[in-house]
Amino acid sequence: MMVGSEPPEAAEPAASTAPGELDPTQPAPVEPETTSPAPGQERRRTAALNRVVVGLLCGLLGFAVVLQVQRTASGDTLQTARPDDLVQILDGLQRREDDLNIEIAELQDTLGRLQRSGASSAEALAEAERQAEALGILTGTVPATGPGVIIEIEDPNRRIPPEVMLDAVQELRNAGAEAFQVGAVRVGVDSAFTGSGGAVTLDGVALVAPYRITAIGDPPTLAAALAIPGGVLDTVRRAGGTMTVEQSDSVTVDALRPSRTPIYARPTG
Amino acid sequence: MYALLALIAGVAIGLFVHPTVPDWLSPYLPIAVIAALDAVFGGLRAKLDDIFDAKVFVISFVANVLVAAFIVFLGDQLGVGTQLSTAVVVVLGIRIFGNAAAIRRHIFKA
Repeated sequence: MMVGSEPPEAAEPAASTAPGELDPTQPAPVEPETTSPAPGQERRRTAALNRVVVGLLCGLLGFAVVLQVQRTASGDTLQTARPDDLVQILDGLQRREDDLNIEIAELQDTLGRLQRSGASSAEALAEAERQAEALGILTGTVPATGPGVIIEIEDPNRRIPPEVMLDAVQELRNAGAEAFQVGAVRVGVDSAFTGSGGAVTLDGVALVAPYRITAIGDPPTLAAALAIPGGVLDTVRRAGGTMTVEQSDSVTVDALRPSRTPIYARPTG
Repeated sequence: MYALLALIAGVAIGLFVHPTVPDWLSPYLPIAVIAALDAVFGGLRAKLDDIFDAKVFVISFVANVLVAAFIVFLGDQLGVGTQLSTAVVVVLGIRIFGNAAAIRRHIFKA
């Protein structure tokens, strides 16, 4: 119906030239276009016209083939697709979009989960750092500051034995002191006072009077602990020394102990 | 022979002119091409059978194209355009194969 607009130039001459002279004497065995050439007076003229028409049609076919091939090759198929096909294509695209949306949601879930676990592991890390700091203060590997007392023990007669110093540290510890240093030596869990009266050494470092003990803890409690009857203060006095306790809102324990890596002990679990 | 030359000329014109297909024609062009191919193969076979008649060829050519286009048009109106297009292509394809087989027998005697 549409193509009818193109062939007419070819069809009209065919209809006008062919009519009378050519009669199909042989009915076509298979194809409609099978007829024997008819005898006629103006056969030459007719044959020429026939050739022109047939040539025109063949040319038209070649032209149309190229046209269609180029149109197909240009890939502009959506523009010419039927509504049914378009609906199917649209349907497929929507289904694909749904699938992709589901995939997006899943991936976002995964992302959220990973971010949450990342945040919780950051929390765990912060907690571990807090614990490491606390343990560092306890073992003397990090400097510490806070309220506390500064104790100075004078020993003019050089008679104060290491036991007195040990008593002082233990009294302070009993009173809740959290970090100590004596002179320039940090007191740790494995500290030891050795030596004799007037020549006290702490962890192998000789202490020189006046002994200066810095302790972090509740200042009044620490001061009271040293002043109990029969306590450190009395002992020092008996040895002929003097002891002053200065309470302060902020003392600094900045002597450090080297951190020790256990050789034999391993954490269990 | 002249038909073949004309075919080549048509191809060449199509290649050089680059015409745009009007929208209303675009659904029917492929089917029309197939139908015309069928007619051409039929004509070629008739030629080899020495029963070629230009009138019959022209009429069958035009009629084939028109009927094919009309069937597609009808199918589009009825909502079965795709299926009817397929049907037309299948039928024409079978006819083309049949004609091609006859031509082959003529040329190769086998």
